[in-house]
Amino acid sequence: MISTDLTIILPEIVLAVYAMLALVVAVYTKKDGLAGALIWTTAALMVVLAGWIATGAGGTNLAFGGMFVDDGFSRFAKVAILLSAACVLVMSQDFMARRDFLRFEYPLLVALSAVGMMMMVSAGDLMSLYMGLELQSLALYVVAAMRRDSVRSTEAGLKYFVLGALSSGLLLYGASLVYGFSGTTLFSGIIQTTQHGEVSLGLLFGLIFLISGLAFKVSAVPFHMWTPDVYEGSPTPVTAFFATAPKVAAMGLFARVLHDAFGGAVADWQQVIVLLSVMSMFLGAVAAIGQHDIKRLMAYSSIAHMGYALIGLAAGTEAGVKAMLMYMAIYVTMNVGTFAFILMMERDGQPVTNIDALRQYAKREPGKALAVLILMFSLAGVPPMLGFFAKLGVWQAGVQAGLIWLVVASAVASAIGAFYYLRIVFYMYFGEDTDSQLDSNNSPVLWGALMASAALMLIGVFYQFGVEGAAAAAAATLVN
Amino acid sequence: METIILFAPLVGAIICGFGWKFIGETAAQWVATGLLFLACLLSWIVFISFDGVTQSIPVLRFIESGSLATEWAFRLDRLTAIMLIVVTTVSALVHLYSFGYMDNDPQWKEGESYKPRFFAYLSFFTFAMLMLVTSDNLVQMFFGWEGVGVASYLLIGFYYRKPSANAAAMKAFIVNRVGDFGFALGIFALFFLVDSINFADVFAAAPVLAETHVTFLWTEWNAAELVAFLLFVGAMGKSAQLLLHTWLPDAMEGPTPVSALIHAATMVTAGVFLVCRMSPVMEFAPNATMFITVIGATTAFFAATVGLVQTDIKRVIAYSTCSQLGYMFVAAGVGMYSAAMFHLFTHAFFKALLFLGAGSVIHAMHHEQEMPNYGGLRKKIPYTYWAMMIGTLAITGVGIPLTTIGFAGFLSKDAIIESAYAGGSAYGFWLLVIAAGMTSFYSWRLIFLTFFGEPRGDKHTHDHAHESPMVMLIPLGVLSLGAVFAGMIWYGQFFGHADKVGKFYGIPVAEMAAHGDTTSHGASGDDHVTDDGHGDDSHATDGHADDGHGADAGHGEHHAGFVGKPGEGALYFAPDNTVLDDAHAAPKWVKVSPFIAMLIGLAISYWFYIVNPTIPARLAENQRPLYLFLKNKWYFDEIYNVIFVKPAVAIGRFFWKRGDGNTIDGFLNGVAMGVVPFFTRLAGKAQSGYIFTYAFWMVLGIAALVTWMTIGGGAH
Repeated sequence: MISTDLTIILPEIVLAVYAMLALVVAVYTKKDGLAGALIWTTAALMVVLAGWIATGAGGTNLAFGGMFVDDGFSRFAKVAILLSAACVLVMSQDFMARRDFLRFEYPLLVALSAVGMMMMVSAGDLMSLYMGLELQSLALYVVAAMRRDSVRSTEAGLKYFVLGALSSGLLLYGASLVYGFSGTTLFSGIIQTTQHGEVSLGLLFGLIFLISGLAFKVSAVPFHMWTPDVYEGSPTPVTAFFATAPKVAAMGLFARVLHDAFGGAVADWQQVIVLLSVMSMFLGAVAAIGQHDIKRLMAYSSIAHMGYALIGLAAGTEAGVKAMLMYMAIYVTMNVGTFAFILMMERDGQPVTNIDALRQYAKREPGKALAVLILMFSLAGVPPMLGFFAKLGVWQAGVQAGLIWLVVASAVASAIGAFYYLRIVFYMYFGEDTDSQLDSNNSPVLWGALMASAALMLIGVFYQFGVEGAAAAAAATLVN
Repeated sequence: METIILFAPLVGAIICGFGWKFIGETAAQWVATGLLFLACLLSWIVFISFDGVTQSIPVLRFIESGSLATEWAFRLDRLTAIMLIVVTTVSALVHLYSFGYMDNDPQWKEGESYKPRFFAYLSFFTFAMLMLVTSDNLVQMFFGWEGVGVASYLLIGFYYRKPSANAAAMKAFIVNRVGDFGFALGIFALFFLVDSINFADVFAAAPVLAETHVTFLWTEWNAAELVAFLLFVGAMGKSAQLLLHTWLPDAMEGPTPVSALIHAATMVTAGVFLVCRMSPVMEFAPNATMFITVIGATTAFFAATVGLVQTDIKRVIAYSTCSQLGYMFVAAGVGMYSAAMFHLFTHAFFKALLFLGAGSVIHAMHHEQEMPNYGGLRKKIPYTYWAMMIGTLAITGVGIPLTTIGFAGFLSKDAIIESAYAGGSAYGFWLLVIAAGMTSFYSWRLIFLTFFGEPRGDKHTHDHAHESPMVMLIPLGVLSLGAVFAGMIWYGQFFGHADKVGKFYGIPVAEMAAHGDTTSHGASGDDHVTDDGHGDDSHATDGHADDGHGADAGHGEHHAGFVGKPGEGALYFAPDNTVLDDAHAAPKWVKVSPFIAMLIGLAISYWFYIVNPTIPARLAENQRPLYLFLKNKWYFDEIYNVIFVKPAVAIGRFFWKRGDGNTIDGFLNGVAMGVVPFFTRLAGKAQSGYIFTYAFWMVLGIAALVTWMTIGGGAH
């Protein structure tokens, strides 16, 4: 019995054991001298695990009495998490090495955080949910404060930690309420109490606290306040990591809880999700307009994008979950490219984050400027790019679920939000020249990530590499 | 072969328009021209070898939506065959001519490339025109109809640096919208009534339409009348008939080869073609056809009066075109469609000849277009002079009265005037006769002012006047042949005895003792009768063909009538339509009257411009109001300006400034510059940077959600 369980969670075990072994090895040998090699081995291991999970046997497998669920949905999310984490890891190396904070702990913390995320999306019980969430979060708190000599980095880490603790408190409170009113922590048990008739008010309260805790992780308004500060203060590679894999994991967990545990009370949580979604989209669009720091801008951008992805969740249907998964996959791809570019923004060896430095960038670097243009158009949701089809997908799901006003509101929000993406393009192509120009950084990894991401935004429209089918299958296993 | 005719110009246009950078300017022009000559050659083969049986050659499936299903198909019947040779012949010659005319155009700077564009537009126009004439349904026809409109727009505005050319292009386009609106409504009405827009179905349903009533604009209409009327509105726009004619004179802003091709020979005759094509419907709409007759006759008269006083050589010919189109509509209106097509056919030759001749004069005179600055050019440009002379003899209708010997215009125009008389339209008959006199006057006036008398105007220009190059003279020569012989060769087929006409158009013909019980013939054996008619007339009517026009011998001796059903053959004549016979039997004075009118016009013109050239100026002085009235084209432009243009511009300005500028832009700008930044500042303030603020917001958020849930009680 226990061997079957262990087989099911073998990928997680492999990654966790690897991280701990590597930690021991690095501590007793060359320490930071091994960091470069560790980044690449960790990334390689993640890619291998992703391949393993993607090509492994199908079907739904339960481990540990249903606390751990291995199904199509979790596998889709895990592949996305591992691949994006691997991408961000290899993108970080050059940046960190040149600024002399490439520590061997970094790849290992990322690996442990990935283990937490994999737990999250596979959670079948409130307790395994919390375990995954905290494993992920604790690792993230530390990497946010990676640059101990930087005030901003430590401040970011501390803020994230304190607010994260608060959100964990809310989540735990919610979990205890749910347990109190349903008598079980297993999702499969909770859903039985919600399936027939009335949902008791206590259970609803618990649900709302749970939602609040999860909303903090996906940075949905009004639990988003940490995002801009942490994004801005953390080292850029860490920001890139924040904006990709953890978002997929949190969204996956969100969907898992709502559908697996509260699938019988869609009408109850739908209105809450709609509210969070609308507020996130509008705040993300409006607040970003005032930003000139590109990392802060991307923070608000991620808030807005989470709002769009929440539309898929708010639909409460299989199509909605599918659209949400597609949205997240596309969003992560866009963000990898965009952060690859942000990592290349530097002057005199120092990172630059002010978008004013991008003026007339197209004259000096036409190729990169074109790639950024494609990514920005895609983020804004301009039709020929993949980003538009991501939005179209959630809109279709929303309309089918009767959330027409939500869809209309999101279209208005995306029109407002287009402003700041287009402003970057405007600066690059038509801005007045300044003397504070960017140096050209030609790290092949970053260049490759930027170009590949931009190319995918165009190619993806015609050929989606089977992602759409996988997302549909994943959604089918979650919602039934 | 038909497919090659249709697509050769399109291929030429694409290669010339997009490929000239790769194959060079001259090669591109030759490709376009060569492909058109190919199309022209094949068209003549089709025309001559065509046996009169209507065929439909599908090209591809065009639209399929509900019960609306149309093929993109090629309807080959006599009408199409006639139009094919008219379009491709004139177009091919105009292409050739343009090599000379468009060379070193002073409108363009040295090194600018404009010729491939010009040739591409010409070829594209030809393709669209062929689409129009070959269509076997109304949608495809509308496609070609709009295609020629676009090409016309592009070519009128070809000199896009001239504001007047741009204005003229827009005017042509917009005025045509009015007509096209009617045409589109007609198509919708037919689809509504017949549930098909294929000609075959529409024609078959025509007798039913005549019995159907339909409510349109709060009025009960006869369906056939309504459809015929709406389609004619479309024809009025395209063919520049009265009320919608104002664009045609302005269209002369385009290069002269364009005027010859589009605004004389082909596009403007599309309206006539449409009416003839729809003859099965027209025959069931007596009131609509009466309207067509009246409009046509009035246009012929009106345009001729305006033509009397114009001084721009191209405008004179433009008004002449307008007037001749009126003739064609009268013929169609009284039910003599073949006479309308006859005039369309001959007019294409002599009017293209006149335009290209005028272009040659303009070319010789360094783009001077005012006739008062010409004079005495006969010696300088003899070939052009003779070509113009032939054109003028043709348009004024010179021939030997009471025979079928004469220039092309003599036969076709007299055919129309006789038909008008026979059709019982006294109004049409007299106006056309008077217009014939005026046609003669202004045509000869053009010749006298241009080629006779003393050189006037800039001396330098006159000294350097030179004959045009061979590429321009060859088209003049070919068209001259057409202007001389086209009438005499095809008189029998277009307006001869019913047997011959019927065979030409593929309409069954039956022997008749007298007028009367013809329907039983038609009903009993249509195909059978057709074959009989064919077999007989080949030898029987050859002898009679000529005397149709000459004496009254044709009447009574060998009496035949058209007995086809609607849609059988290219044209349809109702059983009670005896205009052809009646026209042949018209009194002698009727047959001679246009010739006399022509002589009077010639005499007055000769007196005014050769014998005593001071008379016109004195007359203009004495009859100043009348002169100004004519000079200003009956003040149509001014009236339209006040009634339509100014209010439309005012409404447009209101919506632009108030609606778009203040309301829509104002709203969006207000949101973008006022509301959104306000919230942005608010969001910035909320983001204080203090943890306690952030925590406070989170707590506030959860409190709000819980409260809302408690009050709302979830979903219940």
